[in-house]
Amino acid sequence: MHNMNRIKKLAAVVASAACFIAVEASAAGGGVALEPANVDRDNINSLQRGAANFMNYCSGCHSAEYVRFKTIGKDLDLPEKMLIDNLMFNAEKTFEVIQVSMPPKDSARWFGKTPPDLSLMARAKGVDYVYNFLKGFYIDKDSPTGVDNVVLAGTSMPHVLWELQGYQSANFSEHHNDDGSVTVSFDGFEQRVAGKMDSEDYDEFVRDTVNFLAYMAEPIRSDRRKLGVWVLMFLTFFFIIARMLKKQIWKDVK
Amino acid sequence: MSRIEAEVGKPQGGFMKWIDDRFPYTETMKAHITEYYASKNFNIWYIFGVLATVVLVIQLVTGIFLTMNYKPSAVEAFASVEYIMRDVEWGWLIRYMHSTGASFFFIVVYLHMFRAMLYGSYKKPRELIWILGMLIFLVLMAEAFAGYLLPWGQMSYWGAQVIISLFGAIPWIGDALVEIIRGDYSISDVTLNRFFALHVIALPLALVALVFVHIVALHHVGSNNPDGIEIKKLKDADGVPLDGVAFHPYHTSKDLVGIIVFLMIFSGVVFFAPDMGGYFLEHANFEPANLTATPEHIAPVWYFTPFYAILRAVPDKLWGFILFGLSVVLPLFLPWLDRSRVKSIRYRGWIYKSALSIFVVTFVVLGWLGTMPADPMYVLAARIFSVIYFAFFLLMPYYTAIDKTKPVPERVVYHA
Amino acid sequence: MNEDDLDRNRRHFLTIATAVTGLAGAGLAAIPFISSLKPSARAQALGAPVEVPIGSLQPGEMIRVLWRGKLVFVLRRTKGMLSLLQNHDDVLRDPESKVVEQQPPYAANATRSVKPEYLVVEGSCTHLGCAPLEDFPVRPAEEWDGGFFCPCHGSKFDLAGRVYKGVPAPTNLRVPPHRFVRDDLVLIGQDSGAA
Repeated sequence: MHNMNRIKKLAAVVASAACFIAVEASAAGGGVALEPANVDRDNINSLQRGAANFMNYCSGCHSAEYVRFKTIGKDLDLPEKMLIDNLMFNAEKTFEVIQVSMPPKDSARWFGKTPPDLSLMARAKGVDYVYNFLKGFYIDKDSPTGVDNVVLAGTSMPHVLWELQGYQSANFSEHHNDDGSVTVSFDGFEQRVAGKMDSEDYDEFVRDTVNFLAYMAEPIRSDRRKLGVWVLMFLTFFFIIARMLKKQIWKDVK
Repeated sequence: MSRIEAEVGKPQGGFMKWIDDRFPYTETMKAHITEYYASKNFNIWYIFGVLATVVLVIQLVTGIFLTMNYKPSAVEAFASVEYIMRDVEWGWLIRYMHSTGASFFFIVVYLHMFRAMLYGSYKKPRELIWILGMLIFLVLMAEAFAGYLLPWGQMSYWGAQVIISLFGAIPWIGDALVEIIRGDYSISDVTLNRFFALHVIALPLALVALVFVHIVALHHVGSNNPDGIEIKKLKDADGVPLDGVAFHPYHTSKDLVGIIVFLMIFSGVVFFAPDMGGYFLEHANFEPANLTATPEHIAPVWYFTPFYAILRAVPDKLWGFILFGLSVVLPLFLPWLDRSRVKSIRYRGWIYKSALSIFVVTFVVLGWLGTMPADPMYVLAARIFSVIYFAFFLLMPYYTAIDKTKPVPERVVYHA
Repeated sequence: MNEDDLDRNRRHFLTIATAVTGLAGAGLAAIPFISSLKPSARAQALGAPVEVPIGSLQPGEMIRVLWRGKLVFVLRRTKGMLSLLQNHDDVLRDPESKVVEQQPPYAANATRSVKPEYLVVEGSCTHLGCAPLEDFPVRPAEEWDGGFFCPCHGSKFDLAGRVYKGVPAPTNLRVPPHRFVRDDLVLIGQDSGAA
């Protein structure tokens, strides 16, 4: 049994190394510290509001070329009538995907680049990133759009939501290091022009929108989790029977 | 009825006899299933060979169904994966099973290889099984690498760029070789198309053939066990090893339990964490390949990172390539590097036990370093651990020869 | 019963239970794979109903359109063509459109159409799926009142897509679901309400 203990020790070493890695990996990540978006991905109301936000404010310039209206209707409990009246403005068919109304060539000319497709944005960049990006516009006189962004410096996207958020400026401070280099750090925003929403309402607005983006990135998420529970229950049952059979068969092995 | 009719017209001994006269069915079943005897004291480490087979089947089946909807072209590949994820009924499940299966393949294969190192399964007379296993591992790496290009995301593209560029380090022929691999002046539609061919037919065919031979060789010499004792030496009057039990029903019933537990863990990932925090499905790969911008931080998928860390630790392109290649191939020589008189770690001395423990830690840490950015601290750590990695193999003939071993018992240790 | 028998029974029971559960699991696992072979959401979107403008279609003219990749004939029949339909019930296999799968209920009438003038049928021979050719001239000597002729195996259909006797095709040409959105616009692939 001495040897078994050895192996167990070894396993413990491996396990603790693995934990170490997990902790380190989660701590890593560069750039501005991202405020957590705290989206509730199972909140249908939030998703419905997010869908409306997306269609009203984003879909003019951004496509979601993998997402069909029909799927949104089904997943967000929207009857076809509501879907068509509230989310579909361009006489699309429900089985169609979310195309952008603006021709890509024009948008490339106006913004310097074609606005990216948003089907997978939340999954590629993470919900926190998008949440902070939408909250991160600040006044920058030198920029052609009049704004820059703390999360994505030099972004060519204008502050589309300025009516809601208003305009804010960003405070940066410079630190002169001993080696002569300069580190710039971001210290926070200052509201300059008031928007229609106060900051809490705006956060909620952005949170719903980001929640919907996260939904679009993986519409099947809630279905797969529900199914997963059934699969695990079945396998647990199978495990119990198979283990009883194994014990029965091995009974005569001495 | 005439005598001729009785002899010719009526099959003698029924349907099975008819088959067995033409194909060794009963004989094969006996030799490999019902009368293949393996030690009764197999522990959990002995499940991973079976599990590797299970994953292979999962990958083959899901792969066939993915191939039905995937488009191997630079223009359509990324969109076709999303098409599978969204428009094909249940396509998401098939795709997640395949992507999760890829990672699990390496998990079980690494644990399977570690088992061999624990109990000396590569030692005489099983050297060839080990070599075949290593070949399987090499083909598996190629298979995973080719498969990773197919979704044509940012990581697919730039990961392939880095690894293919490696071959450019080979003197004289490097540049030509890289062009031959890519089939173009950069990674392109052509590269994607040929990687598809390799991934869906050439390499899987090689994999299945090698697995078959691996198992044939295993059944010829018989399975090792946690005590490293040859159970064939002690047999009863019927020729059955005293410490062996038939593969069926004993090991089949035991393996089934292990397979179900494995499927529970596998399903847990597929249904609740298919990204696995960006380790199984990397975030940047949800962006289509962009030939004009490399992602900020590029790392191969986790199962390649131990070797990738070694590559990065070397400040010279050619030597980096050589040591990278060596680190992958070195385990092939284990049967001859290991000079110990005993197989199992149970009867080895403290030196090998320590060496193996350090090796495991080294491998895991290298794997972690491979996922991290190339900061000076990480590179320094990678260098130190790379030295330990090579030392484990290269010093093995020495330290295993001087290691004090314990006497190996006659019979396997088994508690009912 | 002694202990050995009990053991044997228990083992027998557990073996069966495990096998049944395993087979059930395999069967359930097969469902997603088989379902994935069905037409996808994109195929369904691409197979959406098609609108066919018929305003400029002259009597006696026929147009070919595709719905779900299937050939559909839209024929505007002349008065003469319509009157021919009544002449030859005795040589037809199913003159009264009794095979229900071959047309929606609203086309199970003498002209096999919603509006007598317009015939909408799938251009796919019910024998083995070849596209029949139009052959409208009347040839009394051949007992032919005009209709469709399949070049592959010689099946014949009349101007309502009804199959003749003595040819390989078993049933009348299929009438797809369709409705007239306006007098000059027919929607193929959908008959009622929903968008």
